[in-house]
Amino acid sequence: MSVQALTILIVGSTFLLYIVIAILARAHSTGEFYVAGGGVHPVLNGAATAADWMSAASFISMAGVISFIGYDGSVYLMGWTGGYVLLALCLAPYLRKFGKFTVPDFIGDRYYSQTARTVAVICAIFVSFTYVAGQMRGVGVVFSRFLEMDITWGVILGMAIVFFYAVLGGMKGITYTQAAQYCILIFAYMVPAIFISLMMTSNPIPQLGFGSVLNDGSGVYLLDKLDGLAQELGFASYTDGHKSTIDIFFITAALMVGTAGLPHVIVRFFTVPKVRDARISAGWALVFIAILYTTAPAISGFARVNMIDTINGPEQQGVVYEEAPGWIKNWEKTGLIGWEDKNADGRMFYSGDERNEMTIDRDIMVLANPEIARLPNWVIALIAAGALAAALSTAAGLLLVVSTSISHDLLKRNLAPGISEKGELLAARIAAAVAVCVAGYLGINPPGFVAEVVAFAFGLAAATFFPAIIMGIFFKRMNNKGAIAGMVSGLIFTAGYIVTYKGIFIAPLLPNTADYWLLGISPEGIGTLGMMINFAIAALVWKLTEDAPADVQELVESIRFPQGAGDASHH
Amino acid sequence: MSFQSRDAARAYWHENIRLLLILLSIWFVVSFGAGILFVEQLNLIRIGGFKLGFWFAQQGSIYVFVVLIFVYVWKMNKIDKKYQVQEDGDE
Repeated sequence: MSVQALTILIVGSTFLLYIVIAILARAHSTGEFYVAGGGVHPVLNGAATAADWMSAASFISMAGVISFIGYDGSVYLMGWTGGYVLLALCLAPYLRKFGKFTVPDFIGDRYYSQTARTVAVICAIFVSFTYVAGQMRGVGVVFSRFLEMDITWGVILGMAIVFFYAVLGGMKGITYTQAAQYCILIFAYMVPAIFISLMMTSNPIPQLGFGSVLNDGSGVYLLDKLDGLAQELGFASYTDGHKSTIDIFFITAALMVGTAGLPHVIVRFFTVPKVRDARISAGWALVFIAILYTTAPAISGFARVNMIDTINGPEQQGVVYEEAPGWIKNWEKTGLIGWEDKNADGRMFYSGDERNEMTIDRDIMVLANPEIARLPNWVIALIAAGALAAALSTAAGLLLVVSTSISHDLLKRNLAPGISEKGELLAARIAAAVAVCVAGYLGINPPGFVAEVVAFAFGLAAATFFPAIIMGIFFKRMNNKGAIAGMVSGLIFTAGYIVTYKGIFIAPLLPNTADYWLLGISPEGIGTLGMMINFAIAALVWKLTEDAPADVQELVESIRFPQGAGDASHH
Repeated sequence: MSFQSRDAARAYWHENIRLLLILLSIWFVVSFGAGILFVEQLNLIRIGGFKLGFWFAQQGSIYVFVVLIFVYVWKMNKIDKKYQVQEDGDE
C-alpha cells in the first residue's frame, strides 16, 4: 500500500477511536465537564496528563531543535520535565485538597478577592489561547504534509474532531481520549526510534544506543562522531554549550516553573479522587513523559548523523543530486528542505560554513526520520497519527481551560452567580465551541508571532501563577494586597521585557541580542526573574500591610494535610 | 482540627517541609548543578560514549526527577499515617 493510503487508514482509525470514546464518556454534569467527576484512576490520569502536556512542539519539533543545537537543547529536556517535581511536591496535593475546579478559583478564594480572580482568569485565557493556536497549526501542517491536503481543510478537520469530543465530553471525554492518544503517540514515537537505534548501534534501547559505538565498523561512539562531524563541517560542537551559563540557567528555570504554573496541567490533578492519588498521579505523568523525553535526544543524535551522511556521502564529498534518495525530493516539495548548487558541481553539500548548499527545517528531523532511515511505509504513516494525537490532545485540554474560565470563573463566580447547573453546563459548552472556532481561525491565519508567544506563555505562568499559588500554600499570612501586587508586577515586568525584544503587536524596541539583554538573560528566560520580582514585591507589600484574616489562615492550614478531601466541587 | 493537638499539626508540617527541602535540593543539584553549572567539569569524566555533564543534562536529570516523585509519595504516605491524617479508607 502507498504511504498516503496507509496514512489515511491509520489516521482515520485513530479518529474513529476518539469519537467512539467521546460518545461513551459524555459529561452529564458540570462536575463531570470540569473535572471528570473527580473519579479518574491515578495511572489513567497520569497518561492523560502526559498527552495533555506533550504537544505538537514536543512531538514534532523538540528532537529537531536539539539535533541542531546539541547541548543547548537540554533546556527543554530538563525544563519541561523538572517542572513536574515542583508540581508533585509543592502544588498538586494541596490544590487537590482545596477541592475547587480551577486555578483562578484557588487564587480568588485564597486571596479573598475578585480582583485576584479576574487577573488569574485573564492570564489563564491568554496563556491557553497562545498555546492552542500553535497546536491547530501543527494539525494543519501534518495534514498538508502527509495527505497533501490544504492546510485550511486540515485545520477544519482537526477542529471538527476536537469540537466533537471536547464540547460533548468535557473533561470526562477528554481524559479517556487523552489516555488513548498517549498510547498512540508514544507508540508512534518509539517504533522508529527503536528501529533506528538497532540499525545504527545494534542496541534496541535508544537511550543506551545514544551512548554506544556506531556499528559501521569504525568503532567510534555516536556522540564523538557528531562532535567530529561538527568540527569538520564548521558547526558548533554538539556536546558543548554555546549559550551563556546564566541564560541556560534562567531559561531552564522559567520552563520548569512555567510548567508547574500552566493551568491546563494543574487542572488535571483535580480529576483524581484523593490527595494521595494526586501525588502519585504526578509521578505516573512524569514516567510517561520521561519515556518520550529521554528518547528525543537519542533521535536527535541518530537523525543528525544519518542526515549528514545521506547528504554528504560516506566520503564527505557530497552526493550527486540526481542519485539523492527519494525523501529529499519528497520534502523539497513542502519547502522544508532546499538545495542550491552554489559551486555547480551537481553534488549536495551540508555544512556550517560557506560551503553549505542546503536549507533544512528543524521539524523535518522527526517527520522525515523514518524515511531517512528507510523504514517501512507503515512506520511513516504512524508518525502522522502520533503527531496528530499529540496536537489534538493538547488542544483539547487547553480549550477546556478556556471554556471553564469563562463559564465557571467569569460567569458563575463573578457575573452571574445565580446561574443554574444546567445553564452553567450549557455556557461551558458554548464557550468551548466558540474557543474551538477562535483557535481554528488562529491556526489558519497564524499571527506572525506564534513562535514568540511560547516564551510568553511560560514566562507569564512562571511570573504570575506559580508565586501566587506557592505563597498561598506555604505562607499562610500572605494577604490579598501582597499577592495582587506581586502578580501584577511579575506580569508587567515579564510582558514588558518580552515585548521590548520580541515586539508583539509593536516593533521591537531593542535588538534581541545578548548585548542588549538585562544581565544576559534572553526573553525566553526572563520569566524566572519575573517570578523573583513577584515574590519580592509580594513580601514587601505584605510587610507594610496586615496579615491575611484568621479564617483564610485556617483554610490554608486545612489544605496542608490530606484527611477529609471531598470531591472537587463548588462547596 | 483533625490533628490530635496543635503541636502534632506543627510537627507534621515541619516533617513535610524537611522532606520537601531534601528532595528539592537533589532536584536542584542534578539539573541546575550537574547539568548546567558544573557541566564542563563533569564533561571531563566519561561513561561509555557519554560525557557525564552532557548525560545529566539530557538523560540523568530526568531519571532522577521520576525517582524523586515516587520517593516523595512513599515518604508522605508514611508521614500521613504517623500523624493519622491519611484519607478515609486508607490503611
